[in-house]
Amino acid sequence: MEIFNHNSNIHFLGIRKFTVGLAVLLMVASVALLGTRGLNYALDFTGGISAEVAYDNPVSIEDVRTALDKGGIQNAVVQSMGGTRSVLIRFQTKDDTHYTQPAGPSLNLDLIASDVAKALQAPRPDAKIASRSYVSPQVGEQLRSDGVTAAIFVIIGIGVYLWIRFERRFAFAALATEVHDVLVTLGVISLVQREFDLTVLASVLAVIGYSINDKVVVFDRIRELFRSSRKAEPEEVLNRSINSTLSRTIITSLFTSIAMAALYFFGGPSVHGFAITMLIGILVGTLSSIFVASPILLWLGVSKKDLMPVTKENPELARRP
Amino acid sequence: MQGMSDFPRWRYFLVAVVLIAGTLYALPNLYIPKPAVQVAATHSAAVDQALQQKVTAALQAAKIAYLDTSLKHDVTHGDSILIGFANGDLQKAAADALKPVLGDDYTAAFNLQSTVPAWLTAIGGRPMPLGLDLQGGVRFLMAVDQDDVVDKQEIRYTQDIASLLKGKKISFVSVARDPTRGQGVNVVLGSAADRSAASDAIATEFTDLNVTDGASTGNRFVLNASIKPNKLRDLATGAIRQNLATLNNRINALGVSEPVIQAQGEDHISVELAGVQDPAEAKKVIGATATLEYVAGLGDARDPAVQDAVKTGNVPPDAHLYYNREGAPFLVSKSIIATGDELVDASSGNDQQSGSPSVNVTLNSAGAAKMLDFTRDNVGKPMAVVYVESTTDTKIVDGKEVRTPKTTYQVINYATINGVFSNKFQTTGLGSAKEASELALLLKGGSLAARMDIISEGVIGPSLGQDNIDKGLKAVMLGLGLVLLAAAIYYKLFGLVADIALFFNLVILVAVMSMVGVTLTMPGIAGIVLTLGMAIDANVLICERVREELRNGSTPLAAIRAGYEKAWATILDANVTHLIAALALTTMGSGPIKGFGVTLLIGILTSMFTSVTVTHAITALIHHGRKLKTLSV
Repeated sequence: MEIFNHNSNIHFLGIRKFTVGLAVLLMVASVALLGTRGLNYALDFTGGISAEVAYDNPVSIEDVRTALDKGGIQNAVVQSMGGTRSVLIRFQTKDDTHYTQPAGPSLNLDLIASDVAKALQAPRPDAKIASRSYVSPQVGEQLRSDGVTAAIFVIIGIGVYLWIRFERRFAFAALATEVHDVLVTLGVISLVQREFDLTVLASVLAVIGYSINDKVVVFDRIRELFRSSRKAEPEEVLNRSINSTLSRTIITSLFTSIAMAALYFFGGPSVHGFAITMLIGILVGTLSSIFVASPILLWLGVSKKDLMPVTKENPELARRP
Repeated sequence: MQGMSDFPRWRYFLVAVVLIAGTLYALPNLYIPKPAVQVAATHSAAVDQALQQKVTAALQAAKIAYLDTSLKHDVTHGDSILIGFANGDLQKAAADALKPVLGDDYTAAFNLQSTVPAWLTAIGGRPMPLGLDLQGGVRFLMAVDQDDVVDKQEIRYTQDIASLLKGKKISFVSVARDPTRGQGVNVVLGSAADRSAASDAIATEFTDLNVTDGASTGNRFVLNASIKPNKLRDLATGAIRQNLATLNNRINALGVSEPVIQAQGEDHISVELAGVQDPAEAKKVIGATATLEYVAGLGDARDPAVQDAVKTGNVPPDAHLYYNREGAPFLVSKSIIATGDELVDASSGNDQQSGSPSVNVTLNSAGAAKMLDFTRDNVGKPMAVVYVESTTDTKIVDGKEVRTPKTTYQVINYATINGVFSNKFQTTGLGSAKEASELALLLKGGSLAARMDIISEGVIGPSLGQDNIDKGLKAVMLGLGLVLLAAAIYYKLFGLVADIALFFNLVILVAVMSMVGVTLTMPGIAGIVLTLGMAIDANVLICERVREELRNGSTPLAAIRAGYEKAWATILDANVTHLIAALALTTMGSGPIKGFGVTLLIGILTSMFTSVTVTHAITALIHHGRKLKTLSV
């Protein structure tokens, strides 16, 4: 079975001004979104409230969740604390001045706890708040800076590898596209205001890995075609490389997307964020592999002679007369 | 024609060995551990058959069915009784029923009992440990006692000021802590000149102190030295930071992976230990804020003053009456020479002279200086080592939880100072090698800057975990199944070969994760699904190459050969870059991100083997020695 015509020679580079222009526009829009709307950081990053509730008689997790919803405390995470009579509730208070003490930015934990108690005691008078606490925002700051450090480490590490294995221009093209992919993915997350938790952060970092994988396949073909073709017009070589790897680019994204869709639909709420971010990232990464990476390479002025000295690495070429 | 030379015999052998080993070491994960309750002693209460009978009788009385009970002897963690149950509900009911029967001397904790057959365990097979989100775990909330920080500092300054004045030959009437905490140290001097000299000396030596003149009466000239407010704030944040670091060390020593240790608010620290179903064990290391105090010994049981103190209860004002583990009384000085704070290292070993278990202690320079000062003046006199353990007792009184902090002091060593020493010395007189190593571990983990009390403790139930396991398993199986189906449809025979490899990729990935001991979490499962989705990429590259070669007029076997050869360079580059990304996730990320990164890292490595070597072996096996006109790709 074949979906793609193997003789296809779509002139992707012919529309490079449009595609790269669009990519730049998307990046600018994403930065604007991140600047104005920001990310909807989850409990991991912002800190939040947690309360231990003890019941005199056994209680089910579902009943607690329903009671909280009715009492106006939404999106609470309810966990069993062992035994059937105690639960742990975690939730985040949205910008609610009602809960902020006049003295400063710290939350009025007592007020929140009494609201939780009211909500739970409406259907079950035997509910008692055993302990209450909140996760401090400093923890989140540490996580955020760890995430940024990891992303920078990844981008630089990959850049250095490509510089050594390919050539300077390939490293720059890959990095520019990489930054685009991360920003646009974050932009979409910001646009739909999906909760940004630790798994989403992991997913964004995985998008970098996936997307670079995709670009390297095209770059590899570019290098191969430059080395094997006698008259190597850069635009022609780049275009041929995109076309001959097109089937692979799309099939791989499709297969990975299938796996991520399975994760989204069956993996439960704790991996929703991860799967959806990955799906967004795969789409953005695939499109940028086809439409953005090669035009940048062309503008940077890649040519046959830049890629010739390392013939030893290709035994196929070494064997040729 | 290309024959076996394309794929030499040793590589078939390698593939076969890896696949068999992978299957064997992945296998333990299929044996679902059964829920169990572990009964262990909190201190030194006996765990024996009498206790076992008491436990089974209590379960029978409560009409809770159990599968089996066993008495486990464990030298390092202490003996325990493990009772297996058919399901989690029975386990919970049993734990609830046993707690009141067992009382304070024992703990009844959730645990899991392995059902892996003995032969698999014998070859080193073990299942992946499950994270907090998959199996529950222990959660602690601790309050850091900031008063303790101030107390320690003010006591230290009291001693340091006294020795400074002695050193500068400034005569004084008294140096004592102000009765109110935080008010610093009061120095009483005999003249205004002495006071001004003392004031200058203290202010120059201790820049963190505010020195002010107090009210003077007659020939009592009072000077107050209090810790500056910003220094107090630094001390408070420093105490939290040091305690966090100490907990990290201690928990690492426990062997718990992916512990989540966070500061909560101003003076709370929360600890989540995935996979630990036995709070007592963790509590021993975390909760028992053990520290040592080195103090001057004022007398042992033979001393009439000690006998008198025991009889009448009249303890001299400058002394404490403490007992050792055998119950022998000792009088020790109230002023502390060195504490666990000043300890740099502690390791267990054997005393070279007596061969008895010992702990070798190294102090920092501050502690060493004080130790040197003390031992120089006191050779031949006794010194005591007091083990201070603080725990919190929780009792239910009138339906309310009442928490009482309890500090126990035990003299663990009372010996004559044999010589002058400073930073390195030995503590002997420990009961056993196990005790010595336990003590060394507690001390080496770093000392706590301030006492911590566990104010909340809980076991996160496995019900949520089971729910996540079910969902995760479903996602892995459906993700794998759909990719297998898509590959088979799109690449026919080559797709099926890739499918076999992908299945083994999952097996080997699970095997490696099990052998390395990676804790499986939901992000880890997401990593597995992602790995499976991406592993097929190598096969897509190979299949597309083979198709291209066929289109260019190559013979089928030449197409296979060229396909694998040309695709390999691309696969290598693509995977190395991907590996860099995964590496960053494992080294820089925290907690859940790390679990995901480790899974991804192992997955990339295993997929390179299965997608290339395994498929090549199978393809060579299928097509070897056959005259082919076309390839099913």
